[in-house]
Amino acid sequence: MSGRGAVGAPVVRKDAAAKILGEARYVDDLSCPGMLHGATVRTRSAGGTVERIEFGPGVDWSSFVVVTASDIPGVNATQMIELDQPVLASGRYRHAGEPVVLLAHADRRLLREAVAAVRLHERPNPSPVFSIDDALALRGEVCPGNVYRDYRMERGDLAAGEAVADVVFEGRFETGSQEHVYIEPQGMLAQIDAAGVLVVEGSMQCPYYVLGTLTAVTGRDPGSVRVVQCTTGGGFGGKEEYPSHIAAHAALLSLRAGGRPVKLVYDRAEDMLATPKRHPSRTLVRIGARRDGRLAFLDVDFALDGGAYTTLSPVVLSRGVIHAPGPYACPHARVRGRAVATNHPPNGAFRGFGAPQSIFAIEQAMDGLARALGMTPLELRRVNLLRPGDRSVPGQPIDETTDFDAVLDQALYESDYLARREAFAAFNAGNAAAGLPLRRGIGLATFHHGAGFTGNGEVVLASMAKVRADRRGQVEVVASSSEMGQGNTTSLCQVVADALGVPLERVTQARVDTHDVPDSGPTVASRTCMVVGLILEQAARRLRAELVAKAGLPVEGADEHAFAAACARYLDGHPTLEAEARYEPPASVQWDEVVFEGSPYASYAWASYVAEVEVDLTTCEVALTGFTAVQEVGRVVNPVIAAGQVEGGVVQGIGFALFEKVVWDGNGTMANNRMTNYIIPTSADIPPVRVFFQEQPGGAGPSGAKGLGELPMDGPGPAILSAVNDALGTRIASLPVLPEDVMDALQAASAREAA
Amino acid sequence: MSVQASAAGEWHRPGSLAEALDIRARAKDAVVPAAGCTDLMVGWNAGAGRWPTVLDLSALPELNRIDVDDAGVTIGAAVSCSRLANHPAVAGRLPMLVASARQTGSVAIQNRATLGGNIMNASPAADNPPVLLAYGARLTLASTRGSRSIDYADFHLDYKRTRAEPDELLVSVTVPFPSPYASVHYRKVGTRRAQAISKVALSVLLDAGAGVVREARFAFASMGPVPLLAGSLSAALRGRPLAGIDPALVTRALATDLSPRDDIRSTADYRRQVAVNLVMAAIADASAAEARRN
Repeated sequence: MSGRGAVGAPVVRKDAAAKILGEARYVDDLSCPGMLHGATVRTRSAGGTVERIEFGPGVDWSSFVVVTASDIPGVNATQMIELDQPVLASGRYRHAGEPVVLLAHADRRLLREAVAAVRLHERPNPSPVFSIDDALALRGEVCPGNVYRDYRMERGDLAAGEAVADVVFEGRFETGSQEHVYIEPQGMLAQIDAAGVLVVEGSMQCPYYVLGTLTAVTGRDPGSVRVVQCTTGGGFGGKEEYPSHIAAHAALLSLRAGGRPVKLVYDRAEDMLATPKRHPSRTLVRIGARRDGRLAFLDVDFALDGGAYTTLSPVVLSRGVIHAPGPYACPHARVRGRAVATNHPPNGAFRGFGAPQSIFAIEQAMDGLARALGMTPLELRRVNLLRPGDRSVPGQPIDETTDFDAVLDQALYESDYLARREAFAAFNAGNAAAGLPLRRGIGLATFHHGAGFTGNGEVVLASMAKVRADRRGQVEVVASSSEMGQGNTTSLCQVVADALGVPLERVTQARVDTHDVPDSGPTVASRTCMVVGLILEQAARRLRAELVAKAGLPVEGADEHAFAAACARYLDGHPTLEAEARYEPPASVQWDEVVFEGSPYASYAWASYVAEVEVDLTTCEVALTGFTAVQEVGRVVNPVIAAGQVEGGVVQGIGFALFEKVVWDGNGTMANNRMTNYIIPTSADIPPVRVFFQEQPGGAGPSGAKGLGELPMDGPGPAILSAVNDALGTRIASLPVLPEDVMDALQAASAREAA
Repeated sequence: MSVQASAAGEWHRPGSLAEALDIRARAKDAVVPAAGCTDLMVGWNAGAGRWPTVLDLSALPELNRIDVDDAGVTIGAAVSCSRLANHPAVAGRLPMLVASARQTGSVAIQNRATLGGNIMNASPAADNPPVLLAYGARLTLASTRGSRSIDYADFHLDYKRTRAEPDELLVSVTVPFPSPYASVHYRKVGTRRAQAISKVALSVLLDAGAGVVREARFAFASMGPVPLLAGSLSAALRGRPLAGIDPALVTRALATDLSPRDDIRSTADYRRQVAVNLVMAAIADASAAEARRN
């Protein structure tokens, strides 16, 4: 290796300049000669039957490209876990907002009028189902039984655990839906190029998912379909599976128009109405402990609202089930998890992927159990945290590299938790006595998040990535990992630069184009830096070894010029200079997906978050006054990007906890689908988020890195609600908690006191 | 007069009030008077229809003046929230107007949005109207028939309905300086701390010499179909000692004055309770200020 390493350095992001200068081109910036604009006509009822499509008067329909389900040359289903979701509905459908007719025209204004002139004659489903409880009670049927998946994870003997429990706490916890609010709404541009290849370019996380749906829907072979990612303005999971629909729609319109370019871009209202959101959840927890606080048993019934089609709900559910016991040792446990069908538009991937919901429930239940035991939330956690030698409830052995107590200790120190908890109690007592309206509270959440696909997911994916170099020694990362603002292009280039021993400036990422890059798996699940980074590190080492063996690159001490010279020598005798690697999971990852037993993840990141709030009883508004986030993530590849991930995730978690409420209309779609009424926090609502990293050894990624992106979404919800309940003495058990909810809880509490 | 034709109706941008009134007199409701356009354009973009014909008031010198005399400030209808908040006489004597102007949308919105637009748009949730009601502002409206001045408290008739005639334009708003003995309170309860639409907002002007309420004006946003003054509450408090006002009295009076609703942003129950709490907090503040004065 030559020079200073790039890994661990706060290098400037590769994508920064183009974005700051406005040179980055997003899908809506793309334009080509003869381009048409696409639009979508959607169902209005919460399921039913489309009996007739009427193309109304006043529109010259001959000037429009029109596509319905009967125009689909291939399979009318997006290629997900199940093939139950049509690309275009015809006849029976399951939710309001389902696409039925696609239109394209060169004039966007005429297109708008035409969309309004299409009349779908719908016979509505008379008994739509909009809640988990109604779906499970079969008050209406979305699909047979209304359950997509029913998983059970059982360890030990629940009855034996109940027998030795001195104290038991029971609770019901709920979380609401959440919209991703990526900066850039979704969109795709499709056309047939001069070579007869269908090219689809747009905003996406998972180019190979899009390719899979396009080949199935168009009936084309993969060689005649090409998917290209353009600059993508945020994803957070929201661009994991829905881009496949929009790509298919744009492609169908283009095919119908003889290959002319068709651009289909949603505005914010359509994006919020139609695309997937976070799964609402309800969790029933029974948890028991011995008098000294040691957990005796845990019984969890976890349910997610999957919406009207299966989409990704089974894997969101499995992650939720596995994370439901939290980072605690418990000998006797049962977790039942169900993904439930309702007539909402399907819910899908969102940062955290089921874990924020179940972690919220276990953390709130731990607070409840602590109260019942007469212990503090901190004392109860201290007794039960997983330690080396323990096994987690799913069965993962905790090895010597893990020191979760150190993470907790730092969170307590940095937030001054113990002193503040006391000071807040005194402040509240004083204010109550003086009739003053402010109350303060502090909340703690301890949690971990498994990185990469769950269980055998990475084995099945068998991701591949390449590194290649040219004669000048310029290196390219060749992978399907999408940069969408999270910074992974830079992190991956850092890993490759160090493995090759060249400066970071020598390394860039090749455009994500399925005709060029191998399938490195989707850009999801906190897996990119850890899993794809590791493959790229191996590929880079292979490339270097090849240069040493065949082009005289010195083993030690070669600078970038020696590297470039070796590349040139190699390419004199070979057509290309590249090396690839495929993911091989560590031997420790063994997972039985039937009984949910084993080690579901190669690495866990660990965290302790502390939230401080001030509640004004005049308005019941909750002001977040402090936030401390301490996490152990293995090797930090880029400290600025890592801190940005944590700050962003915490802010998204604050939104989930205190602001973001999806209001449903009578048809089960989002009523507040505007940024005026769907409230995300602004910088004025966020206190300084204090971020600290611990770098313990043992991460499964390059140089010992672990996945990080989703972890910060898990902690703010439970920490903030605990702080609110601490401030007010309430027992609020659901998120989001808006001022209206605080007022209701206070009125309920005073009514109980009066009675 | 410059007229730019567009696919979406016409855009008139006259350079004098006389010209503008002439267009208004001829076209009446066929033109939409506009200045900052911060609310109108959002609606036009969201709707499926074409953009209307617009009468752009931003170039009228008569609507861009701020005049100060001993009695108060007269603010042109096309003066932006930013200019208003930074004007020395407003900043010095009308602190509630500074506060409401700075709570109107984002800073970028404040640079375009006008006081006149905030009134004429006639939203019950608008940020500046409660403050103007509490201060006792008057409006000057003009048409080719002449101009007239009316008490702002009489202006709003019902949801999005006002006393302005179809040939009239709002020219200016006159805000009297309050008595030096009056205390003022303004609080907007929005959905978040910035760039929010109010769930409840209260503006109070309270004159309580020797601890007894002489005059009290309580003006609310988002508590009915229009920005409104709580007249029953004013009547109920007049002549009462500030200290020891019973919350039940306030609750009863506000039950007459306010008609909040459940909507996408909040609930009627929350609004009703917070309205009472805000009034009690304002009274407590005024009482504390009175105690300090003595």
